Amino acid sequence: MSAHTSTMAVEGADRWLVREELHAQPGTMLGFWLYLMSDCLIFACLFAMYGVVGGNYAAGPSPKDLFELPLVAVNTAMLLFSSITYGFAMIEMQRRRVNATIGWLAVTGLFGLVFLGIELYEFHHLIHEGAGPQRSAFLSAFFTLVGTHGLHVSFGIVWLVTLIVQLKRWGLTDSTRRRLACLSMFWHFLDLIWIGVFTYVYLMGVLR
Amino acid sequence: MSAADLQKASATDDFIHGHDGPHGHDDAHDDGIPHASFKDYLIGFALSVLLTAVPFWLVMNDVLPSKLATTAIIVVFAVAQMLVHIVYFLHLDTRSQGGWNMLAAIFTVVLVVITIAGSLWVMFHMNENMTPMSPQEMRISPG
Amino acid sequence: MTPASAEPRSELATLLFGRLSLDSIPYQEPIIVVTFLVAALAGISVLTWITRARAWGWLWRDWFCSIDHKKIGVMYMVLGFVMLLRGFADAIMMRAQQAMAFGDSAGYLPPHHYDQIFTAHGVIMIFFVAMPFVTGLMNYIVPLQIGARDVAFPFLNNFSFWMTTAGAALVMASLFIGEFATTGWLAFPPLSGADYSPGVGVDYYIWALQIAGVGTLLSGVNLIVTIVKMRAPGMSLMKMPVFTWTALCTNVLIVAAFPVLTAVLLLLGLDRTVGTNFFTNDFGGNPMMYVNMIWIWGHPEVYILILPLFGVFSEVVSTFAGKRLFGYTSMVYATVVITILSYLVWLHHFFTMGSGASVNSFFGITTMIISIPTGAKLFNWLFTMYRGRIRFELPMLWMMGFMFTFVVGGMTGVLLAVPPADFVLHNSLFLIAHFHNVIIGGVVFGVFAAISYWYPKVFGYKLDVFWGKASFWCWQIGFLFAFMPLYVLGLMGVTRRVSHFEDTSLQPFFIVAAFGAVLIGCGILASLIQFYVSYQRREQLRDVSGDPWDGRTLEWATASPPPDYNFAFTPRVHDIDAWWDMKRGGYVRPTSGFIAIHMPRGTSAGIILAGISAVLGFALIWHIWWLAVSGFAGLVGFAIFHTFNLNRDFHIPADEVTRVEDARTRALAATGA
Repeated sequence: MSAHTSTMAVEGADRWLVREELHAQPGTMLGFWLYLMSDCLIFACLFAMYGVVGGNYAAGPSPKDLFELPLVAVNTAMLLFSSITYGFAMIEMQRRRVNATIGWLAVTGLFGLVFLGIELYEFHHLIHEGAGPQRSAFLSAFFTLVGTHGLHVSFGIVWLVTLIVQLKRWGLTDSTRRRLACLSMFWHFLDLIWIGVFTYVYLMGVLR
Repeated sequence: MSAADLQKASATDDFIHGHDGPHGHDDAHDDGIPHASFKDYLIGFALSVLLTAVPFWLVMNDVLPSKLATTAIIVVFAVAQMLVHIVYFLHLDTRSQGGWNMLAAIFTVVLVVITIAGSLWVMFHMNENMTPMSPQEMRISPG
Repeated sequence: MTPASAEPRSELATLLFGRLSLDSIPYQEPIIVVTFLVAALAGISVLTWITRARAWGWLWRDWFCSIDHKKIGVMYMVLGFVMLLRGFADAIMMRAQQAMAFGDSAGYLPPHHYDQIFTAHGVIMIFFVAMPFVTGLMNYIVPLQIGARDVAFPFLNNFSFWMTTAGAALVMASLFIGEFATTGWLAFPPLSGADYSPGVGVDYYIWALQIAGVGTLLSGVNLIVTIVKMRAPGMSLMKMPVFTWTALCTNVLIVAAFPVLTAVLLLLGLDRTVGTNFFTNDFGGNPMMYVNMIWIWGHPEVYILILPLFGVFSEVVSTFAGKRLFGYTSMVYATVVITILSYLVWLHHFFTMGSGASVNSFFGITTMIISIPTGAKLFNWLFTMYRGRIRFELPMLWMMGFMFTFVVGGMTGVLLAVPPADFVLHNSLFLIAHFHNVIIGGVVFGVFAAISYWYPKVFGYKLDVFWGKASFWCWQIGFLFAFMPLYVLGLMGVTRRVSHFEDTSLQPFFIVAAFGAVLIGCGILASLIQFYVSYQRREQLRDVSGDPWDGRTLEWATASPPPDYNFAFTPRVHDIDAWWDMKRGGYVRPTSGFIAIHMPRGTSAGIILAGISAVLGFALIWHIWWLAVSGFAGLVGFAIFHTFNLNRDFHIPADEVTRVEDARTRALAATGA
């Protein structure tokens, strides 16, 4: 209520108007967060789809026949490592060290690429064995859920490369810092989705 | 509008106003980029490793005799790890963006639960009520 | 319109053009050819007119590339109106067919064409009429009501608009190149799957909606951030105008619901293009899951459409009753409750699918509960009018029409919410009558109320009253004629989407309904005449004050039309009805001391990105893979290129602001205000 009474005291036109230029709060971080929330709902639908048809093998292979948990464990580790290295990049950004930031970003991107490589190997292997996305509703849902996550990671890597170029060109300006922070949220968000994937799809699939 | 109504409205104002509003925003980093610390990341990473490794270990080595117990544990661990990521990596707290990030996250969690649980519930009952399949069909399409 | 011609295609042709060939153009169907000729003629004359007026540069710079929320808002409204004409043409064709096709007469539309028409009618009216109208209103009004200079992400706003337009363009293209879906507006599988709809119709549906959906989602994010971050000093949440509140809730619904549509259409698209088995009958697919998921989006969508119009009616009723809105707080809470509850009712769209008694009763009860906050709103409006000095201007007329019509529609909705009753009425014309009752009574009447209310703000002159009244009465009476017979027919068990009837005793009802549709057509015509006549008489109808209705909220505090920067100085807010408070509190318009104003800069990136998206969509629809790949690469490449453009804002110099404000000072002095 204090803000209210203090403005009441001001007389004349200034009771009604702000006479100086008003700096709007930057909305990018909130806007990007809202976008992530909507993305989260896309994944929720894919999880729901997997939940409903995940047991419909159509006399085809089941998760037990297909999934190789050691590979998934390695993949999970890659993503987790990339999360912490992105964290280091953010810390270097706070210390205003451009080259160190770029270095950690590059490491993050490499982990991301390894993750994608392993995932592509897994997909290739499955399709080669005749367990492609057309085989059964379970496999359709599996490929779509995991593939959508992988597609997000790919976009993240493209974005990461773009940002490295921009950091080299402009250094740590307000806008590159903001973009780094957005990509940070995006990257950690993908890791969060992956927790759901490896638990719900892989581990619980093998348990079933 | 009655005086009581007005009073209620302004009381709600104060409540909501505590967090946001273009003025009186005394947050130091007003670019909205959360401040991260090295320690946070390390704690988050250590917890994540633990919360990831245990479920994999449980499932890959068939540690527990009961599948239900294993499932329950890995689900709990997954939820815990998601929270760890949200707190230590995404830096979500009640203050970021004047509480709006938290509000959006809670709303999203509610909708995710409604979407997944609701769909499963609806579709489970739908399948229950389907015409029973012949043994021949059952053999061709399990589930 | 047979998809495959007799002779096999050469591999080269398939590589180059995918499924597209000369046979895809329906030149053997006279109705479509005539439509095409008329559309082409109209198009050419508009283009010629623009060229002769040498308006291309102006149109491109000042409108297409503009990131001014006001211009984008107006463009949304124009898009909505153009698509309304198309959607209404579909409606009147259906009504004519159903009035004719009895017994031996087959009517004039073959079933395949009729099926496309009812699908296109639904898709267009919801996605490309109602949505652009609602988004356009929010775009124009919300920043003004909260005292902001623009939205939070002005470039994204422009991009969103063009993505919506690109989706609309694809739907329009389907009329002349290939076909549209024949599946009904939600394209339920397995009918919409590759087995039963092998043509391009469903693909047009999927990609038009995906592209438009991107625009809708981004504009949702944009407006939420705008409302959260850019309110004038002093405007706490509980001092926001009700329209802004409903806009906030609507955009929350958009951001939360449209991803579901995106996901479900993605899955259907995969089924059709890649051959997955989500919604097929074989290999473990489950078509019912599609119905379940699309309604998780579909029900919130209903509230996305109606909530902003509830806001409009709240503004209109308090302005024209000359009173503060009754129960502001309860209005806000009702809106929020509706926002949340709208996620818990989706199954009432498919009670008959067989989830059983427990599931059906849960959703039946939640559906009945959601009518309570809606009812509370109606009482608030009634109490606002009670003892007010009501002025029956045009917006108020639409408001009264809404109260009468919407309540009837709401009541029939509660009937449908009772699962046993729904087993009788499901998929019948009763349902059709119900949702037209709420959508026409609520959304359409609301949009017309909003147009007549804010038109003087946008263009600086009021709308002609005579033609406005003509439009209103044609719509109101036409609606009753068109849909009351459908309630009767639905109760008698007549199902929807039927192109031919054996029972000739039903014909009189359909003739009455067709007459109603003609009356509605007169209503649309009358409002077009209204725009024309008002433009001709603009000097008599001119409003210089910027506040023609003695308004209450901030949009009336600035000039009409508002300058690019909206407000020379950002207002301070002390009360719910901020402008009313300013007028009563001795506010004097500033005439000197202006400062430079920071503004975003226009860009062509939005229209280019949306153009590439439309091409990409077209390529995916026709399986022209080389074009799809290059389109996708172009999209990503151009988006990256755009991130390198940092030249995104500028300052309007203080001299320029002074010049604009001085001109207004002189105009106000001339009218003696």
